[in-house]
Order: sequence, then C-alpha cells, then structure tokens
Amino acid sequence: MRKQFCDALLARAQSPEMVFLTGDLGFMALEPLQERLAERFINAGVAEQNMVTVAAGMARLGLDVWAYSIAPFCYARPFEQIRNDVAFHKLPVKLVGNGGGYGYGVMGPTHHAIEDYGILLTLPAMKVFVPVFDEDVPAVIDLAGDYTAGPAYLRLGRGEPPAGWSVPDYSTWRLLVEGDGPPVVAVGPLAGTYIAAIQNLPQGSRPALWALAELPVVSDALPAALLASIKRTGRIVVAEEHVQQGGVGSQLAMCLLGQGVAARLTHLFAKAHHYERYGSQSWLREQSGLDAKTLLALLEN
Amino acid sequence: MTALPELNPARLREIRLRLVQMHFESGVGHIGGNLSAMDAMAVLFREYIGAEDHFVLSKGHAAGALYIALWSVGRIADEQLKTFHKDNTLLPGHPPAHGIADIPFATGSLGHGLSLAAGTALGLRLQKKPGHVFCLMSDGEWQEGSTWEALIFACHQKLGNLTVLVDHNRLQGFGNTTDVASMAPLTERLAGFAAEIIPAPGHDLAAIRSALATPTNGRPRILVLDTTKGHGVSFMENRMEWHYLPLNPERYAQAREELSAR
Repeated sequence: MRKQFCDALLARAQSPEMVFLTGDLGFMALEPLQERLAERFINAGVAEQNMVTVAAGMARLGLDVWAYSIAPFCYARPFEQIRNDVAFHKLPVKLVGNGGGYGYGVMGPTHHAIEDYGILLTLPAMKVFVPVFDEDVPAVIDLAGDYTAGPAYLRLGRGEPPAGWSVPDYSTWRLLVEGDGPPVVAVGPLAGTYIAAIQNLPQGSRPALWALAELPVVSDALPAALLASIKRTGRIVVAEEHVQQGGVGSQLAMCLLGQGVAARLTHLFAKAHHYERYGSQSWLREQSGLDAKTLLALLEN
Repeated sequence: MTALPELNPARLREIRLRLVQMHFESGVGHIGGNLSAMDAMAVLFREYIGAEDHFVLSKGHAAGALYIALWSVGRIADEQLKTFHKDNTLLPGHPPAHGIADIPFATGSLGHGLSLAAGTALGLRLQKKPGHVFCLMSDGEWQEGSTWEALIFACHQKLGNLTVLVDHNRLQGFGNTTDVASMAPLTERLAGFAAEIIPAPGHDLAAIRSALATPTNGRPRILVLDTTKGHGVSFMENRMEWHYLPLNPERYAQAREELSAR
C-alpha cells in the first residue's frame, strides 16, 4: 500500500499546512512526496520519541501532521509520547505504521505489529484505520485527514484480493462474499485472503465474509445484515492479525452482549509474537491458524 | 515583549513569597525545584514572552512556579491560585492538558518538553509565523534519552527561534546529579552540539537578561542557569528533601521571613 499511500498524500500535499515526518524510512517509495513537500518533508532520523512529540508540537499550531515509520516503531517505542503529548491533547496527528500485523514476515518479531490497535485504542479519541485493499488507501487518507477529534493510526499492509476480483468501494464494513452460513468478520487485508476459498462453496453452507476497516467497533454502526446473520445462525467468527487481548474479537463481543445478542463466537487471532522458527507473513498466519484452510476446517465443526 | 515594566527586586520578592504561600496553603511539596526555576520564569513572562511566543515547561514539577509566573502577569487570578492542588482545580501538581490557555501541554513525565518546543519552533517556521519558543528544563532531564533526540533534532533543524533554559540546580529526585548519573560539567557535554551554549547565574536578573540578549546565530540557544534548589530559604537550599516536603506553619513563617529580607 506504500505506493497508493504516497500517491494519496501527493494529492493532499498541495495544502501548505501539510507536514510529513518519517523516522528515516521510505526508500524507493516516498521520494516523490519528499520532492513535492520540500521543507515540509522532514526526515526526523532514527528517533521516534522525538518525532511523535515534534508532531504534537506542530499539530497544536494547526498543521496537518503525518508521522511515518515501520508499524511497531511508530507506536511501541514512543507510546508515552503518543499518550501524553498527542492523545491527552486530542491533537489530530496521523500515525502511519507500515507493515502491520506480521507484514514484515521473516524480518523477525521486532518488526511485527500484532498488538498495535489494541494498545492504541486505549487512548482518548484514538481512531484506527486498517485498509483492506490497496484501492482503499485514498479513501482512508481522506477520512483520516478529516478526522480532527483526536489522533489516528493507520495500519498499512498489503491488499490480497484474488486475481481478477473486483474490489468494492471503501466502507468501514463491507460484505465481500454473500452466503447463508455463519458470518466471518475479518480485519484489514486478512479478509482478502479468504475470498478465493469461500466464494466457491455452496450457497447454503458458504459463510458471509465481512471486512472491517475502522476501529474501534461502534455498536450502533454494526450492519443490519451482519446482525441478522448472527441471529439466524447463532454464530460468528472473528479473524484478525492481532493478539487476542484488546482485539476486535472482544470489542465485537461487547457490542453483541450490549445489544442482547447471544451467539457462539470463534476467535482466530495472532497467537504468538514469534514461533520456534521464522517465516513469511503467510507462513506466520498459518502458524497462528489464520489461514483460509484453518478457517474452513473450523466452519465445518 | 510585554508592555509591563521591567521586573524589579521588590516584585520578584512578592513573586517568591506568593509561590511559597501557595504551596503552604495547599500543603504541597516540590518547593525546592520551584524556587530554583522561579526567577528565570518570572523574568521570561514579565519581559520576554509576548502574544506570539510560546513557553513549554519541560520540568512539569515546577508547575507552581509556572502558575505564579502567569499570576504575576495577570494571566491567572489570585482566587484561582487558592485552588492549587485541590479537588476540582484547573491547577494540578503538574501542568494541565487543558483549561489554562497559556499552558500548551501537560508535562510532568520528563524528557518531553524539548521535543514539544522543537516541534512548535519548526512548525512556526514552516507556517512563516513570527514568535519565539522558550523551554525550561531540569538538569536531571538530560538523563532521558529523548532529550538528546530532541537536541540533535533542534540543532540539525537550526531552530534559531528556540531558547532552552536549564535549571541547573544539581539535585534530582534521589541524590545529586553528579552522584546519580553525572554529566558534569553539563556545558561541556552540550558544547559539541551546534547550539549557542550560554552559562549564567540563575538568580541574577541582570545576568539572565544578558544571557537572553545573546544572539542566536540561527541556532538554538541553551542557557545553563546556575541555580540553587530552594533558593532564598536557608533550610531548603541545596537540600534534596525539599524536592518533596510540604511546609509546616513554623517553617513557613521562617521561609516568609527570609524571603522578605532578601
């Protein structure tokens, strides 16, 4: 999504108030933005704590500030800076983490971000965007840019729709595959990895596949069709490339319980920061039981 | 520059007394590090900080001195000072996140202020706005790694609209800075950076003014103010316990007497 991200920000760069900070990342991706923004593109160096707090100082002056790094480096290292300097003051700093979830794969666990949104959503007014497809990025940039009630975190990954599949327009909730079986809610790009496996199942047993792209989960905004299928089947499956604690599984469970909806919830989540051996994002998804094969096996039970 | 007349010793005496009174009436400690920072903040708010300027208190535990400095220029009412540190106040023990227009940021966790100030200074430059950013820090804060990140950044960005004042009182939470994690002499540690390093006596109004008149040369200025924790009160001066202790009535009477005689 880095190319789409750069293109979307290029369009936004005409505003003289826009400032982009990077923690020394962006090689072979953000050069056009660097050229366009000139002195408003700031490589803050390998110093994420300072970068986030500088962003807070600028945002307080009314600047439109985006701070970018590899996902874990933009929230884990400078967490106190996000909490005290950005969130306590409800400043609209946009934190952009590239390679969310297991996105950095075999680069190893220091580069993974599987507790990012759970941690960040504990902060006041924090809004999280997890674009599902590369095509979502322009809309997400607009929405995040327009969100001024507080900080936003963008978890960028890699959209994985099947070849030739037509990506629907961006929305917080999207029904990607219709079906009469129990609904599956998948967060971010993970949703795209299930399409191929699900769409050829018979209509009667085929799960309804939903993609969720914005957090926190808002109870009043749950799609009626999703609620209807949960009530009809008495079941829901939530899949996310995030640890169990603080994830969408528990957020959604709270919403359903709050509405008096009783259902059997199965939660697929990132089970470990690292396993005995290392591998790619898809290999790590398999190790966690987040792959399509494991999902289908589960639905048969 | 504000339109107020220059800070004179009589007014500075009133300011110090009001600071100690506020702490006594609210039964609050942290007096030592407030007295070491009070004089510089009083001069800054009285003579240097105008409507276009910004002030960041990095050593948030000197919130009392900040409230008193704002009171001294009519930005916080005397009645409001009486709520200091009490329930339902806008004046907590460290600067609040909202409610006081002249306080831009909640601080109190050390090592954040210099980055906040640097971001503000660079932001002003990008917006092509006038105004100078002042940041008052403790000396213990130079043990925070983030402070050095901020210094590298401020120097690299050539923030000539940034002035840092270090309240160098040589005492920190649980010892002398030289015993805990020494960076003495601090001016030499800072000397390798592309900043104007200006040592000055921190309780001498003329010397503080003279340091603030030093040209920036397009670089950040760092005034290393030689100060005394608990300045002006004999039983507090250079005593670590006055980082914490509140005053009892006898001690308060003695402190008033000594501060009134200066």
